[in-house]
Amino acid sequence: MEMRDVISSGNELAALAGADAGCRFFGGYPITPSSEVMHEISDLLPKVGGVCIQMEDEIAGVAAAIGAGMAGMRTMTATSGPGISLKAENLGLAQMAEVPLVVVNVMRGGPSTGLPTRVSQGDVRQAKNPSHGDYRSITLCAGNLSECYTETVRAFNLADRFMQPIFVLLDETIGHMHGKAVLPTAEEVKKAIVPRKKFEGSPEDYLPYQCEHDQPAVLNPMFEGYRYHFTGLHHDAKGFPTEEIETCRKLIQRLEDKIMLHTDEIELNEEFMLDDMNGEEGEVLIIAYGSVALSAKESIRHLRKAGIKAGLFRPITLWPSPADSIKKYTDMIKNVLCVELNIRQYTEEVERVASRLDIEGLYKVNGRAISPHEIVSKVKEVF
Amino acid sequence: MAFNYDKYLRLEKMPTLWCWGCGDGVILKAFVRAVEKLGIDQNDVCVVSGIGCSGRFSSYVDFNTVHTTHGRTVAFATGVKAMYPDKYVVCVAGDGDALAIGGNHTIHGARRNIDITLIIINNFIYGLTNSQTSPTTPQGMWTVSQKAGNIDPTFDACEMGIASGASFVARETMLDPKKLEKIFTKALQHRGFSFLDILSNCHINLGRKNKMASAMENLEWIDKITVSKKKYDALSEEEQLNLFPTGILKEDKEVREYMDMYQDIIDAHQGKRGKVTQDDFKKKI
Repeated sequence: MEMRDVISSGNELAALAGADAGCRFFGGYPITPSSEVMHEISDLLPKVGGVCIQMEDEIAGVAAAIGAGMAGMRTMTATSGPGISLKAENLGLAQMAEVPLVVVNVMRGGPSTGLPTRVSQGDVRQAKNPSHGDYRSITLCAGNLSECYTETVRAFNLADRFMQPIFVLLDETIGHMHGKAVLPTAEEVKKAIVPRKKFEGSPEDYLPYQCEHDQPAVLNPMFEGYRYHFTGLHHDAKGFPTEEIETCRKLIQRLEDKIMLHTDEIELNEEFMLDDMNGEEGEVLIIAYGSVALSAKESIRHLRKAGIKAGLFRPITLWPSPADSIKKYTDMIKNVLCVELNIRQYTEEVERVASRLDIEGLYKVNGRAISPHEIVSKVKEVF
Repeated sequence: MAFNYDKYLRLEKMPTLWCWGCGDGVILKAFVRAVEKLGIDQNDVCVVSGIGCSGRFSSYVDFNTVHTTHGRTVAFATGVKAMYPDKYVVCVAGDGDALAIGGNHTIHGARRNIDITLIIINNFIYGLTNSQTSPTTPQGMWTVSQKAGNIDPTFDACEMGIASGASFVARETMLDPKKLEKIFTKALQHRGFSFLDILSNCHINLGRKNKMASAMENLEWIDKITVSKKKYDALSEEEQLNLFPTGILKEDKEVREYMDMYQDIIDAHQGKRGKVTQDDFKKKI
């Protein structure tokens, strides 16, 4: 793959990824620490004939983005935790009506206004279920500068594949980090675009929501002769409201199955220094994601120098969780430490998929990063 | 020959869930006639509705249709319009939709003057959820959430539309379908934000407890509280107090439409013109 070096920040790389991946609409609202995504994309989109509108509030930002998605375009919004709280209802509509959308969330301290300018991973649980009802969130989490770009690109392709909103979680540290990123060229990204499916038959035969039990809706662009209906209500094959018992059950089961029967297409992990692990006594498995994984890697180098065999499992797709991969390592390695900038938000998922209640944790919720030294100390203390 | 609505209706969705005597159907039919009159291709129209009785409007008409969340019609429609500036994008919202929960979007859609036709079906009450106070419920009327009488001041939707910057603002009632058709025709032709306050009846949920339990009584009340703008302007302030003016209340063809202005931004970024500056606008502050 042809690559390029770019000097930029995490937030700006997410914006660049949008423009390169074919995004043509951005609906935004200023919020720290994500605003730079809008600043950057407001220059990038008009260059390619796209539109960026700073809307009147967070709700309008996502609503306009979903509107553009309904019209048939690749579309995006960016915000931070309080913005997700406001957007939640409309994210539910996009889940229900199956409208593809990319939502970048640059996490800051919460709850409420929290610590606007400081780092956190407090929105991990929120990203799983931001809106009411049953559906499966797909949440990606960038762990370095390059991934702010590559994961945003992947999010656009996943959105069109599964026809639903995709979260890209950055944390404040990653979003505001500035440096060199090695990225695929825009041409490479363009070549790899898989656009959403389109029905090519006669409009009379078009049933957008009539699909296999584990497949997403096929939603044609507006204004091309395929007139149908979007709604947040339970709906039938053509998209019209219904309360018919079996249709309602099938719809929600399909929203579940279209994701959970295809997690292999969504899962992505990094395994760092795990090759030489084989379940010997004293081995340490660290599980971390986002900017924390950078500290974890550094701590592992120190631990190894001190004779402690440690390695990192880093989920890049947080939701659906890489259950089998986590279980493989937690079955093999006794000493497991989750490190998070929240209190147990992902640890609880690790406990669930590992069927273990002896997972150790290192958590920080004061808006400051976790240093490699703190991880080293914790490992030496608990194992 | 009688007008044939079939082409524009989703007949399999009939009958509507609107109550017997409801004005929503009259408004829907007038809108359809306006589309036909202008010779607009059905494929070129997007109708976006919100939540409430009016929310079902979009499922009955055979266009590209969107039933959104409560109050967000204009915001969703903005995304559609931004991608297809040459298509007809129409919002249908109730008084609760457009003026309460979605008031902010109504204000800012109007302020941008984006080419969206907003039809507010204003029946002075929350109908679908059974008689709660809406922003237009007159003071002193009974509502299920204010059984001792509504004390919340009401407001004039069109005044808000005018103040917000909509370039076309009009009010009509469902009593006169011919005038409705005409106002929809004008609004669809207008390039800019068209703000339409369409007064309608809800004898079931407004009228029942406010001495107008039949459709006729409710309509007579609407007739009593409305007067043409021309007559309204000739009245004293005291006489105007309990009347709504109808007809075109504002029409500004000079002010530029939002996506037309956005084209300047695209051109500026593509090096086809300089940046947009204050010199591009008559109004500097």
